[in-house]
Amino acid sequence: MSTVVLLLFTGVGLGAIYFLVASGLSLIYGLMHVLNFAHGVFLSLGAFLGFEVASRLGATTWTGFAASLLVGALAGALFAALTERLLVQRLYERHIEQVLVTVGLGLAAVALFDGIWGTDPRFITGPAWMGRTTSVLGANVPNDRFVAILVAGLVLLGMVLFLRRTRYGMIIRAGVENRAMVTALGIDVRTAFTLVFTIGGIAAGLGGVLASHYFGYVSPLLGQTLLIFAFIVTVIGGLGSLTGAAIASVVVALLQQFANYYLWGTGDLAVVVLLAVVLLTRPSGLMGRRA
Amino acid sequence: MSPSTPASGTAYRGGARAWVGRLVPPALVLLLACLPLLDLRLPGVLPGPTYTPGTLHLLALAMVMAALALSYHLLLGVAGLLSFGHALYFGLGAYLLGIVMSELELGLVPSVLVVLVAGVVISLLLGAVSLRVTGIPFAMVTLAFAQAGSVLVRRDPGRVTGGEEGLRLPTEQVPDALVGVADTRNLYWLALAALVLAFLLVSWVQGSRAGHVAAAVRENELRVRVLGMRPFLVKLAIFVAASVIAVGMGMVHLLLNSGAVPHIVSAELTISLLLMVVIGGVGSRWGAVAGAVLYVLLNQRLTVLAQAAWVHDLPAPLRIPLSEPMFVLGTLFVLVVLFLPGGLAGTVARVRRWRGRGGPPAGADRLEDVDDEQQAATTGGARR
Repeated sequence: MSTVVLLLFTGVGLGAIYFLVASGLSLIYGLMHVLNFAHGVFLSLGAFLGFEVASRLGATTWTGFAASLLVGALAGALFAALTERLLVQRLYERHIEQVLVTVGLGLAAVALFDGIWGTDPRFITGPAWMGRTTSVLGANVPNDRFVAILVAGLVLLGMVLFLRRTRYGMIIRAGVENRAMVTALGIDVRTAFTLVFTIGGIAAGLGGVLASHYFGYVSPLLGQTLLIFAFIVTVIGGLGSLTGAAIASVVVALLQQFANYYLWGTGDLAVVVLLAVVLLTRPSGLMGRRA
Repeated sequence: MSPSTPASGTAYRGGARAWVGRLVPPALVLLLACLPLLDLRLPGVLPGPTYTPGTLHLLALAMVMAALALSYHLLLGVAGLLSFGHALYFGLGAYLLGIVMSELELGLVPSVLVVLVAGVVISLLLGAVSLRVTGIPFAMVTLAFAQAGSVLVRRDPGRVTGGEEGLRLPTEQVPDALVGVADTRNLYWLALAALVLAFLLVSWVQGSRAGHVAAAVRENELRVRVLGMRPFLVKLAIFVAASVIAVGMGMVHLLLNSGAVPHIVSAELTISLLLMVVIGGVGSRWGAVAGAVLYVLLNQRLTVLAQAAWVHDLPAPLRIPLSEPMFVLGTLFVLVVLFLPGGLAGTVARVRRWRGRGGPPAGADRLEDVDDEQQAATTGGARR
């Protein structure tokens, strides 16, 4: 029983991190039809800068941790907004080229991080409470899981409120639904493009800081490794669907954890099998529109 | 082969140029075949004289990658399928050949046949699943399958792939002529033969009915359906053909490097294929070859540059980017995508058009050029 509870919390915690990456990817794809291969490097940059700030302000203090989250989010947002403005927007409506540009940026940025921070993982320390465990139904759950779940929950709430309650959120939702119509109504969707990239960057930057605590290290390849699972999550959840991304990230992460524990470490393969099953039965994903 | 133009001086000249054009590829192959016997030096491009094993190995690697890029061209350039999992088949060829030879103790030739059959079966299965979606979802699905393969190879559940260490070539099953540093020239000739074979195969597939229908599907799938053809089967055929060529190149790569490492199954390898094809020019066979050769040579030179003493003395903002080959290649790639649509092949075609402006069928000296140019124009146009 305690094992199941531990796996549940670990799985949902990992799902929270997947969600932070996949939500941005899914929104960007939904609105712009761009598969953003540079999303992982937004995450890595957030993680690295968060790590630098935390180690300067004191890695074991809560101030340091809060500052690292803030800096991670800002770094992700800025990097993402610049990527959209300087690279992606120049290739307006040319989807394959847009993907290629993000691929190139991803390669170059990972290499640059290698050069700056080295290829070896940097080990992370957080506030002492984060390293301890809390007993839930007999299982000793590491506390960083709770933090990841809390932050991802807040991000989900914030995104939903933003999309439902604000004018720009409405434009983005309308753009995902039918971009031609939004443009025809005289609304400049390009601002919305920069905005979804920025939102995706914030989520990815937060995800980077949390992922570095979850895994205990940060390395230049951290983001690109998570990105592949985030891609799987977005396809399973249905491209462009925020709810789909939220559900699929938890499902994928739980499946991965349970398969790793009970099926001899086959978590990654189980996820790919799930992907194949979803594609065979529902090619547009769990929450995707258009059968 | 000159296009049928009214009888005039231009047409005659076009015919003569076409003859020269047709002689260039065999002559190039002949020259490449003679390289191990010659003492040519290209300082700054090649690490040493052409007869040395180091240079031959680098050239052979460039040719294997060129052949692999050609198979990727079938997917991206002909069928318009953006796959992020092509490395899976390359790695499959290399690893499976090694495993079949060491575990089943078969000789080289029967092992190659076994691996080719396995390649057909696996690519049929995975292709049939991935082609249920198109466009960007297809990219993600192929990426996921390749990732599963990469995880399998690294984790090594059956104790056969050697995990992170990689797989060693079981030399006892391989003829002596293909083993050892002194025999690099034989491996070089093998790689050259593989490249020529791949080029002929790719040209054949591209020119076949399936190739034409695949190109039509790339442009307008609905129209092909309306004409009563089945795009799925055609795309599957192209996918299997490209995958089997990749399997074959993986086997040559295993022999060439006397082993296989997990990197060759990774997404990074597929991404570097994408770089080669795009830098060379999507839709052009010569572009794919040129892009691959440029990529391999540049990667090697940049790695050497990264270790150069003068780079180490530079201040950090210059030293760090210069000592990371992938940073330079990635940036180059972004610049090509932004400013050189059509890559090397597209640029060459454009320069030719400028020079030939005024003459009736400008720039169209050979049918192949017409084909490539039209493709470059249409794919470019479709994306614009």
